[in-house]
Amino acid sequence: MNLIYLVPLFPLVGFLLNGLCRNYLNKSLVGIIGSGSILASFIVSLIVFFDVKAGHTGVVSYFEFINLGKFAIPFAFQVDQLSSLFLLIITGVGFLIHLYSTSYMHEEESQHFARYFAYLNLFVFSMLLLVLGANYVIMFIGWEGVGLCSYLLIGYWFKSIPYTNAANKAFIMNRIGDLGFLIAIFWIISKVGSVNYTDVFSSLNKFSTTDLVVITLLLFVGATGKSAQIPLYTWLPDAMAGPTPVSALIHAATMVTAGIYMIARSNILYSHAHVTMHIVAVIGLATAVFAATIALKQNDIKKVLAYSTVSQLGYMFLALGVGAYTGAVFHVMTHAFFKALLFLGSGSVIHAMGGEQDIRKMGGLGKYMPVTHITFLIGCLAIAGIPGFSGFFSKDEILAHTFSESPVMYCIGLFGALLTAFYMFRLYATTFKGSFRGTHDQEHHLHESPAAITIPLIILAVLAFAGGYVGIPEFIKPDAHALDNFLSPIFAESKKVLGNHPLEHNTEWMLTGISTLLIVIVVVTAWSKFAKKADVEDPQGFGKVLANKWYIDELYDAIIVKPVYGLGRFCNNVLEKLVDWIINGVGRSVQYGSRQLRLLQSGQVGSYVLFMIIGIVLFFVMQFFFKK
Amino acid sequence: MPINYYIITAIALFCIGITGVLTRRNAIIIFMCIEIMLNAVNLLLVAFSKMFHMAYLANPAKAVTSGIDGQLFVFFIMVVAAAEVSVGLAIIVMMYRNTHSVDVNFLNRLKN
Repeated sequence: MNLIYLVPLFPLVGFLLNGLCRNYLNKSLVGIIGSGSILASFIVSLIVFFDVKAGHTGVVSYFEFINLGKFAIPFAFQVDQLSSLFLLIITGVGFLIHLYSTSYMHEEESQHFARYFAYLNLFVFSMLLLVLGANYVIMFIGWEGVGLCSYLLIGYWFKSIPYTNAANKAFIMNRIGDLGFLIAIFWIISKVGSVNYTDVFSSLNKFSTTDLVVITLLLFVGATGKSAQIPLYTWLPDAMAGPTPVSALIHAATMVTAGIYMIARSNILYSHAHVTMHIVAVIGLATAVFAATIALKQNDIKKVLAYSTVSQLGYMFLALGVGAYTGAVFHVMTHAFFKALLFLGSGSVIHAMGGEQDIRKMGGLGKYMPVTHITFLIGCLAIAGIPGFSGFFSKDEILAHTFSESPVMYCIGLFGALLTAFYMFRLYATTFKGSFRGTHDQEHHLHESPAAITIPLIILAVLAFAGGYVGIPEFIKPDAHALDNFLSPIFAESKKVLGNHPLEHNTEWMLTGISTLLIVIVVVTAWSKFAKKADVEDPQGFGKVLANKWYIDELYDAIIVKPVYGLGRFCNNVLEKLVDWIINGVGRSVQYGSRQLRLLQSGQVGSYVLFMIIGIVLFFVMQFFFKK
Repeated sequence: MPINYYIITAIALFCIGITGVLTRRNAIIIFMCIEIMLNAVNLLLVAFSKMFHMAYLANPAKAVTSGIDGQLFVFFIMVVAAAEVSVGLAIIVMMYRNTHSVDVNFLNRLKN
């Protein structure tokens, strides 16, 4: 636990070295510094993790960050089960993606290559700060830091205007959410007078129910921004403009789970605010199904994965909303593995296709790139929830909790899971099966990616398969849910509040059986349908609505962007002119007046004396009238 | 003699002075007019002083002042006027040396 400060320190040093010396370092050195710092931080995280597992948790305070009389914000790190688990996910997956990037980004100029690694290291640093902070302010610093890095990396190829627009969109959308988070922090300060987790969670009696509901809702607004939920999700698909490893690390595996981390961290507040819990569950479920329907008709390999990410994040929020905090964290973990795997696999495909991202131009890639093919298949099986793979365990846990809360929501959630299986296998079959549909040059160029790309894929594939076995559900093997046992101290209080209503084991077997059966049917259907004939025609009717993402971007454009532009134009053309006219008018009239008054100063001594006498006479007259 | 005569004389002198200052352009005459105004005030001071002093002599118990302080002021004014005359005449001499004229309207370079 004494080493904890090293975890964020290594990426920070890596960022400074790569960022400041980007003109002097060669590419291999940059790669070593960038990846090495994350590896070092991963090793320290492992030490910390086992330390925490042995029971050494607590708050490590370093210095006073802000001190205003009675109100103090310490710069302190929270070392406990939740943060140490997130440390492992961030640094572990982060290291693999750094390693992958050394090969994937190799064609960049060395200066930009170093810039890329500097941003990536800064991102990991901010994310670690977010997770480690022992109060909401430190979390907010990390929260803003990851938003900044996300912006910088989406706009990494800043010469392309659409990419910088996508970066702006991500940043602005996040700012909307951040405002909610910030107000929530101020609200907490006004009620408790402290932002430390330990103080806030132990003084719940200082909050009224309304306070709790509003604070949790505001925090949730922050989470919808960062974790791409309805209504602030539209930035995430556009964020795919960044390099693919960035999409894997930031926009799938780690940053977008910050919202889930925040709610899981504040679980005790949420458990006392039932209204918010319901809202979180409904929004999560709606996002899960909504994004899944959009993903059905997308043809850009990264866009499908992006909507799939939005959808999976929706499941995590559903889990939080029904009180399955462990399930949410579990899904964060497994999702980090399989979604990073899928994104890196898609990166490998894009690399082989020479930058082509349209799956209609791919097909039959399986025989050219066996490693990518097999690992991608494992990723698809995991996300679809085929038994034995990690996604099955986490998703099943979420759905089981949802069933005990509300069977209707369970049915909708299951429908979303079926959609997930369908679009993932549409993607898989269209890309890797059938015959090649690209140009002859592209076919000639097809090759398996180098080791720096395939090794992370293989490791992540192993994790995507095996990651679920830390959370074997109760009904399969009693007391085998290692993750639940590990995290139980964090969620113990909430469990007491929410109560525990486990399902009958028979019911659980039945639910799992039904969902598995349906998912397998969907997978087989999708596989056989798209392996033979790819979905290459332009969609018609309802499919067109889905392909155009339900026209949500257009809707936002019409109801928010256009009116705001209109307001801006009005201010610019009318208000500004009016204000200008008033200000300039005051200036001009003073100028004019003084020009006239100046003429009084004639230089004639006689006239001065006359004014003097008139003045004196006036004084006398005034004295005469106003005396007393 | 009643006090009214002194007052009327002083007002007449003062108005003559003002008229002179306002209408004449010769610096020396303006100067003389200023002196007339000062002396009008002096005359008034002495007259009132004398009036109060007579009242004091007639009934010292009821008087508010012995009436000599007004006469003291006159001396002060004379001293100040003398100092002013020396400075003023020096200015006029310098003015004449530079412009060969004592016309005050000629000195209007600070106008506007």
